Amino acid sequence: MIKKKAMLIDITLCIGCNSCQEACKAANGLPEGEEKRLSATAYTALEEHDGVFVRRMCQHCETPTCVSVCPVGALEKTPEGPVIYDESKCIGCRYCMQSCPFQVPRYQWGSTYPRIQKCVFCYDRIMKGLPTACSEACPTGATKFGDWDDLIVEAFDRIHAEPTKYIDKVYGQREVGGTSILYISSIPFEQLGFKTQLQTTPLPSLTWNALSKLPGVVSVGGVLLAGIWWITNRRIEVQRYEQELKKMDDRSNGSSDHLN
Amino acid sequence: MSKYLSKLTFWKATAALILLAGAYSAGVRIFGGLGAATNLSDEFPWGLWIGFDILCGVGLAAGGFTLAAIVYIFNAKKFEPIIRPTILTAFLGYVLVIVALMFDLGRPNQIWHAIIMWNPHSVMFEVAWCVMLYTTVLSLEFLPVVLERFRLTKAMSVLKKISIPLIILGVLLSTLHQSSLGSLYLIVPEKLYGLWYTPYLPVFFFVSAIAAGCGMIIFESFLSSRAFNRGLEMGLLSEIGRVAVVMLSVYLTMKIVDLADRQAFSMLFVPRTETCLYWLEIIVGVVAPLLMLSQAKVRASQNGLFASAVMIILGFVLNRMNIGISGMEAWAGKSYFPSWMEIAVTLSIVVVGFIAFALATKYLPLFSHERTRERHIPTQEWIEDLMTVSQPH
Repeated sequence: MIKKKAMLIDITLCIGCNSCQEACKAANGLPEGEEKRLSATAYTALEEHDGVFVRRMCQHCETPTCVSVCPVGALEKTPEGPVIYDESKCIGCRYCMQSCPFQVPRYQWGSTYPRIQKCVFCYDRIMKGLPTACSEACPTGATKFGDWDDLIVEAFDRIHAEPTKYIDKVYGQREVGGTSILYISSIPFEQLGFKTQLQTTPLPSLTWNALSKLPGVVSVGGVLLAGIWWITNRRIEVQRYEQELKKMDDRSNGSSDHLN
Repeated sequence: MSKYLSKLTFWKATAALILLAGAYSAGVRIFGGLGAATNLSDEFPWGLWIGFDILCGVGLAAGGFTLAAIVYIFNAKKFEPIIRPTILTAFLGYVLVIVALMFDLGRPNQIWHAIIMWNPHSVMFEVAWCVMLYTTVLSLEFLPVVLERFRLTKAMSVLKKISIPLIILGVLLSTLHQSSLGSLYLIVPEKLYGLWYTPYLPVFFFVSAIAAGCGMIIFESFLSSRAFNRGLEMGLLSEIGRVAVVMLSVYLTMKIVDLADRQAFSMLFVPRTETCLYWLEIIVGVVAPLLMLSQAKVRASQNGLFASAVMIILGFVLNRMNIGISGMEAWAGKSYFPSWMEIAVTLSIVVVGFIAFALATKYLPLFSHERTRERHIPTQEWIEDLMTVSQPH
């Protein structure tokens, strides 16, 4: 059985050395140079909030919104965890960007043949049994790669071992149905720029509520419209028939009058 | 007469300027990318071209299926005189929506992927199929006018045989398409401001599109009567005004029930930009035209009817722009205002729509009273004429 992979990011351990971004850029062939925000050339970035470094990247949701909204299936959730992207399918509608609850996908706005840019969880590496490039490069263990089932346990172990240090919450455990990237922190998540109001059920179910009604709308609607047409058309035919009858009546009456 | 002429040249000059700016902007978009031509960003990936060109373009074409249903399904044949220009408006609307989409998509050459690469879980996938199928249906609905112009009676009789299933298909596809544009936003419950986000978005989009469709039927009848010195079918248009009253009442009632359901009444009084925009949209686009059109006196007056139609359309456009743009700004954490090039492309598309409609009015038997009259325009002259009119002066 395939074990679902995950990364545990312990914000308290991050020293802001930017090794993760450097390793990420090297692994993905992106141009060098430190960037403070996610961009088309940075799949991950350290955002600073009052001296605290928050590593941002694609969350690799369990039920990804981006995968559900892509009209051509250019985004895919693999059983191992990564949400990967196939640019040869992409039509560039940017619905994934519009709908991502974490505002992650970036676009090559300057290109005439742009693609979506985001972390793909080092898909090729983990399929070879290697850890992600960023977790390998992290000198403090702030980013740890492993199996989801193990890391969620470890996250709570760390919290319970030092309950005064950590906030009693693993961000990513439940958000929009759970994500492959888990965070623990000593500062409340909302103060670090995390979206803490997100619902715990996956977002694609909201759309499916509407989409699943389509066959009903089409079949009932079709029958209804055809029925209305049949009735109104029949009414017109009857009217025409009665008029004809009346005309014939009038004519025969007229002729009989004439005969009399 | 000279006043009339100068007015005409003023509009022609304006149109030419817009088209020039539009052509330049289109060039920048094609050769420099979306970033060079637009103010879109990673935080704000959908702008004017989606908010206006797509959302409003499709909605304002709703007159087509509304009137097609009234005339052919409900068999209210008295509305037949205005069916052709309305179907044409819808058809042009859809074609122009596709044109706009080609500018907005990052990889327009791959637009056909939706035909073979399916994702039935995506609303965008549904939208893509509705656009493709309904544009085809609309072209078939409008084709008889062209066939009549060239007296191809045999092809006409074939089309006539399938006309009712075609109309039914068109109404169904429109229902799906209008509502699915609302469904696009179901997936952003946190992003879209609470006054607009509701699980009933698809229903609201559908109902408001019918009301806007009525507004467009009245609006375009007035414009073409003005432009081509044609008589106005006031009786019919008042009736359409009455349909608008029904749709606006349904819409307003549903809006109130929805706010009550979500316990969101307090949001109506929060001092924010969104609140003002929401009130503006409801008062200008729904309450005021509803009050006006519900009076027989207003429905019977040309000015009253025209003003109400314009208000419905403005309110509708504001609603779509609020959902597509303004309602997203707070969450995105970034404000967006379209670049002049985005505006130029949008306006150009509108101008092209007007020109195409004017050309069709001139050369196709669009209005019923002309159908009996023989039209003597030899094909050669027709094509020459077409070339001169289509070029900006």
